Parts: sequence; structure tokens; C-alpha cells
Amino acid sequence: MRNKILDTSTLDKELLAKLDAFIDSLEGDKQEHLIHVLHKAQELFGYLPQNLQLYIARKLDLPGVRVNGVVSFYSFFNEKPVGKYTISVCMGTACFVKGADKVLERVIELTGANKNEISKDGLFTIKDVRCIGACGLAPVMTINDKVYGKVKPGDVDEIIRHYRSIENES
Amino acid sequence: MKLIGKMIQLKINDINVTVEQGTTILDAAKKVGVHIPTLCHLNLEDFGVVNKSANCRVCVVEDEDTGKLVPSCAQEVKDGMRIQTDSLKAVMGRRTNLELILSNHPQDCLVCVKNLDCELQDLAHELNIKEIHYQGEKMSHPKDETSFGIIKDTNKCIMCRRCVTMCNDIQTVGVLGPLKRGFDSVVATAFHLDLNQTSCTFCGQCVSVCPTGALTETNDSPKVWRALNDPKKHVIVQVAPAVRAAIGEEFGYEPGNILTGKVVSGLRRLGFDQVFDTNFGADLTIIEEATELVDRITNNKTLPMLTSCCPAWVQFIEHQFPELLDVPSSCKSPHEMVGVLVKTYYAEKNNIDPKDIVMVSIMPCTAKKAEAARGELNKDGLADVDHVLTTRELARMFMEASIDFRKLPDDEFDDLLGESTGAAAIFGTTGGVIEAATRTAYEMITGKELKEVNFKQLRGIEGIREAKVQIGDLELNIGIAHGLGNARKLLEDIRDGKSKFHAIEIMACPGGCIGGGGQPYHHGHTEVLLKRQIALYNLDESMPKRKSHENEMLIKLYDEYLGTPGGHLSHQLLHTTYSPKERI
Repeated sequence: MRNKILDTSTLDKELLAKLDAFIDSLEGDKQEHLIHVLHKAQELFGYLPQNLQLYIARKLDLPGVRVNGVVSFYSFFNEKPVGKYTISVCMGTACFVKGADKVLERVIELTGANKNEISKDGLFTIKDVRCIGACGLAPVMTINDKVYGKVKPGDVDEIIRHYRSIENES
Repeated sequence: MKLIGKMIQLKINDINVTVEQGTTILDAAKKVGVHIPTLCHLNLEDFGVVNKSANCRVCVVEDEDTGKLVPSCAQEVKDGMRIQTDSLKAVMGRRTNLELILSNHPQDCLVCVKNLDCELQDLAHELNIKEIHYQGEKMSHPKDETSFGIIKDTNKCIMCRRCVTMCNDIQTVGVLGPLKRGFDSVVATAFHLDLNQTSCTFCGQCVSVCPTGALTETNDSPKVWRALNDPKKHVIVQVAPAVRAAIGEEFGYEPGNILTGKVVSGLRRLGFDQVFDTNFGADLTIIEEATELVDRITNNKTLPMLTSCCPAWVQFIEHQFPELLDVPSSCKSPHEMVGVLVKTYYAEKNNIDPKDIVMVSIMPCTAKKAEAARGELNKDGLADVDHVLTTRELARMFMEASIDFRKLPDDEFDDLLGESTGAAAIFGTTGGVIEAATRTAYEMITGKELKEVNFKQLRGIEGIREAKVQIGDLELNIGIAHGLGNARKLLEDIRDGKSKFHAIEIMACPGGCIGGGGQPYHHGHTEVLLKRQIALYNLDESMPKRKSHENEMLIKLYDEYLGTPGGHLSHQLLHTTYSPKERI
């Protein structure tokens, strides 16, 4: 093995078995399902490290660069580990004019993590995303699957505190 | 039979044009002699290579009815269309698009290896660009100089995708592709790996179509200059078959001029101590390879046997079909054979310590650079070949030394490893190696003289060809593929047990070595490659001997030194091994 980052043998065997089962269950030309497979892989592993991308490429008989091209194209896919909670602040036009940048600024201040970074406690990953299609609620922020609408910078403190307290309790 | 589609009538610059439905505006314009500048567009029709990404927008023309600019390379003609290629809107549109491309370009043209051979530079001149009005952020990617064959300077990339088409669609190697998006988008390897960490074959087809200096060969001439100027070193050079048919193009000759004599005298002027011919190695390869083929057929060993002269192809099978490593011939490639003989046979005969010899190969190829660095290809820690220069690099060395190539006299190769036959001459084209092998195998198997040496059924430029050759009682099934995508098809058949061939010739580059990644740039003109091919067949016709086994210096080499073809010493020196590699 010339490059450790690409060593697929270090991937979690149990999770890989689940991914394999998913790929095997796909009908028709498996290469056409690349995006589905990547979604599933990210759901299982939390993110898409390089060796996992390579594993998928080989499994689907695609060049590694094709898989990496798709993964790096879509901001939904993470190539780096993510925190337990992904905070996505919408920077689409409507949210932006309603002050999403101030919201993002506050999120960064409170978590100590920059855009596309993970906070030191491993709890939060911060993302600025393009329009998520909830312009009526602008400015919008999502934390994992939960949507927060009409967020003011001052609201962010309470929201973050809420997630920290869940962690402290567990 | 090709069906003729509906005919479309349109006007281009007020000239009436009638073309088949589905024709692009660019091709329709060409038909009536109207030139439209292009950049990303590439069409090597004869070799099935088309890049129609339509993303540089340099070929825009005005559709008079809509007043809009359309990319002529991709837009198909419509009935009654009126196109202006020289309206102010079209001219300014092209200029703006090119200026935008240039605004993100390093513009270090004076010291760029592609200076005066760059399609972007030519266009800037053609479109009369004297100032760039846009000052934007520039890319700042590190330059990948880690491999032995290719340098990738991403900052000079204009995202035309020609290399992506070559690497993926034609060669099916799949190393280069687009990553990320928007301003960050880039043509790169997976995970931005260095090329030598990927399954790159170093065929250099990306280099041969790159319009700028984003992909070039590694520059090995400084090492050769140093060796030539080291009085302790005995510097020996050899020249590959396809180089002589192409190097003239760098000095204003028409494609298809064979200029062996000038190359030889030019190399002597540069100071090489001996000038040998890779064609000698080609003849030697045929003896060893034909012996191996006859052995494999008569003793029921692994078939088909695949030729192994092309290092990009060897690299390809190691990465992509590691389970098939017993099918290629174990023969080293011709220049490696010459290299090892120089450091053994020649060194012993002339009482020179092989450690003092520097072996340089002039090749049409970037993969030969990577091949020379392979660990398998050395004897007692000494590489068979030390440095490989491409045809282009040699031309640049001649220019650097102010050698007037056109005025050089014709010289002959040095004796010991300099003789060659017509069979060796055609090594440089697709079909040539297997034709040469067939000439020798015929006489080896039947013991009779082969009267008609031209096997026309093996010639041509179709990507995959097959032919039957009757050799005594044996009907030999021969397959030929050039371009790695075509090779892949034959390999899949072998893997699936469906191959009917006894022998297959594979060359990685479209056309064979005449179209190698180290040859003078063809800039999309296929006829250049075809003329080089014709030149090699004409050279073969003109040679007094046309069968490798009739090469007298070769017979002497076996008598004096090697013993028998395929014998112990031959195996030790002239054969090699392959190892499985990863696919990335």
C-alpha cells in the first residue's frame, strides 16, 4: 500500500457489510446509482473519507476520480468527519438580505468552529449552504433535520445552549 | 452503409450552405471555407477521438435571427438559419471569452515549455488581444512534478476537458477528471493525488492534446546535458523507430519525412559517444518474441500472447487487469534491450566500466520515461536506460545548441547495435510489431522462405483489427488494438475466456508510437499521424532486408554473446517480469 489514506482495509467491517448489502440490492446498472450509494455511505459512516470513496469506486467499477468528482461537487457530501450536529445556515438570497450573515457570524462565535469545520468538542459542524427552499421563513438555519425559521442572531445562544445541555444530560 | 440524413440549408456569412442534419455550425462553416477559431474543441475523426465539451466559448458565432451568440462547435444547424461569424457581436464575444480565460492564466509565456507551440497563445494572437481587461483571482495549485513522465501544472489549465476525454473515453484509464465546482473546479486526479500514486500509465495522450502548458513531459534534457559535459562519462544514445518519421515537423518539414541521417549526425554534434538504433532492439525483440510465441503455441502454454513493447500498455494491464499478468510476452521493450546490451555486451567488448556509461533513449513517448525508472529493468543495480528524452525534447536540445537541423548531413548509426531491417522500421505504427513478428515466426515454424513479406491484412487504423495468417498447417489468429480503450475490450474477452487469438499486438496511443505522447504536437490534425504511418511503411519497403532474423549484427550478437534465442543469457538480459498494481 503506497498511501495509507487510501487503505480500504481500515474501514469498519460491519458498516461495509451494510453498504455492500445496499449496493447488492440495487437493480439495473449499479453505476447509475452512484449518488444513492454515496448517500447511504454517508448515512452509515457519517462522512466519506477517501478510502471509502475508493472502496465505492472499485465496488461500482468506476474510476476513483469520478466518485471523488461527485462527492466534491455537492456540498451535501462531507469528505471530513462531521460533528454530531451539523448547523447549516442558509445563505440564499432571501436569507442573506434578512441578515443570515449575522446569524452565521454568531454561530461561528459560539461554537468556535469556522465554516466547514468541526468544533473542538466534536459536537458541531458549521456549513453555509445555498437556498434550502424555505425562503418564507428567512433567515433559516437547520440543525441536522430540524429547521429553525426567522432566526435572529440573539436566538442562536439559546439554540446552541439547548444542544449542549442535551449532551451534558446524556 | 451510412444513411444520408435530411439535408439542411442555411447561410453562413451570407454564403449558402447545404449540409446533413446533425452537422454542427463549425463543420458547416468549414465546408464553405469559413474559419471559426476554436480552443476546447478537438476532433481526431479517424481515431474516434472527439472532445465536444463546448465550455471555452471561443467559437461563438451570432445567430442573426435571435441575435444570440451560440457555440458553433456544439450547436447543430437548423433550416433557414443565418449565421454571422464576423459580426461585431461575434468578434467581441469571442474576444471577451478569451480574455476571461486569460485573466486566470499565469501568462509566463516567455519561459513556458509550450511557448510558440501553445493553442491559447496562438488564439490570443489571432484574436488580436493586446490587453486583458479583467483582473481576477488566480488559481494557485501546486505543480505535480513527482512522476517520471508527466508534469501537471494545474494553474495553466483552461478546463477544456480534452485530457479528460482522452484519459476516460479513449484510454479508459480514468485518472483525470473534474473535481469541485465554480471557481474551485479543477481537472485533477482523485483526491488530488500525485500522478505517480494513481493508475496513470503515462501514455501522455493528455499531454498530446493539452492546448496549453498544463500537461507536459518531464524535462530530462538538463541531466543529459550534464552527462554530455562530464568527461568521465561515456554517453550513448539510441533513437526509436517513430522519432525519425516525426522530428522534421519541429523544423518545418512536412509530416512524413524520414530524417534518420540528420538525427544521427545531430546527435554526434551534441557530443554523444555512440549513436545506436532502437530498431536494432526491435529486430532483437522480434527474435525473442517470435521464439516465445512459437514455444507457447507448440507447448500448449498460455495464449494469447500479448506484445510487451509499449510501457503504457504494460502499466495499464498491471493496474487494470492484474489477474492477467501471464499473457504479455516477457520480452523487455526494444530500447531496454539495447540499454542492457550496451551495459554488458558493448561494455565488455570495449573494456568500459558499465558504471561510467550513461544510456539515453530518444523516444516518441512519455511512458518510456516512467518505464526506464522501473525497478525490474536494471542489472546489478544499474538501470538499463538512464534517461529518456521525447522527440520534442531532442528537437529543443538541437535548437538550444544552435544546430541547424535542416543543414545537417546524413550520417549512419554506429556499427555494433546500429543495423536494422524493414521489420523494425514498422514498429512505430499500429500493426507493425505483429507484422514483423509474423514474418519471423513464419520462417521459424515452416523452415521455408517467406516470399510475400507484406501482410496487408494487419495494416490500417481501425481501433481493433483481426486477421488470420496461414503459417504451414497452422492458422494464426491475430488481434490488434491501439488506444487503451480498445485494448480493454480485447482484455475483457481474454478474462472471460472468449478470446480466439494466438497473438495480440497492443499499443497504447492512437496510431501506435507515431501518435505517441512525446511526438511533435499534431494540434488535432489526424493527417499528420497518417503521413507518419505511410512514411514508416515506405521505409520498410526501401530496406534491403525486411525480416528481423536476417539482421547480420543480430546473428553475430547471438553467436558471440547471447547463445540461443530464449536461452539462459537471453532470458537474464532481455526478459522481465510484471507485478500487480492498484487501481485508483
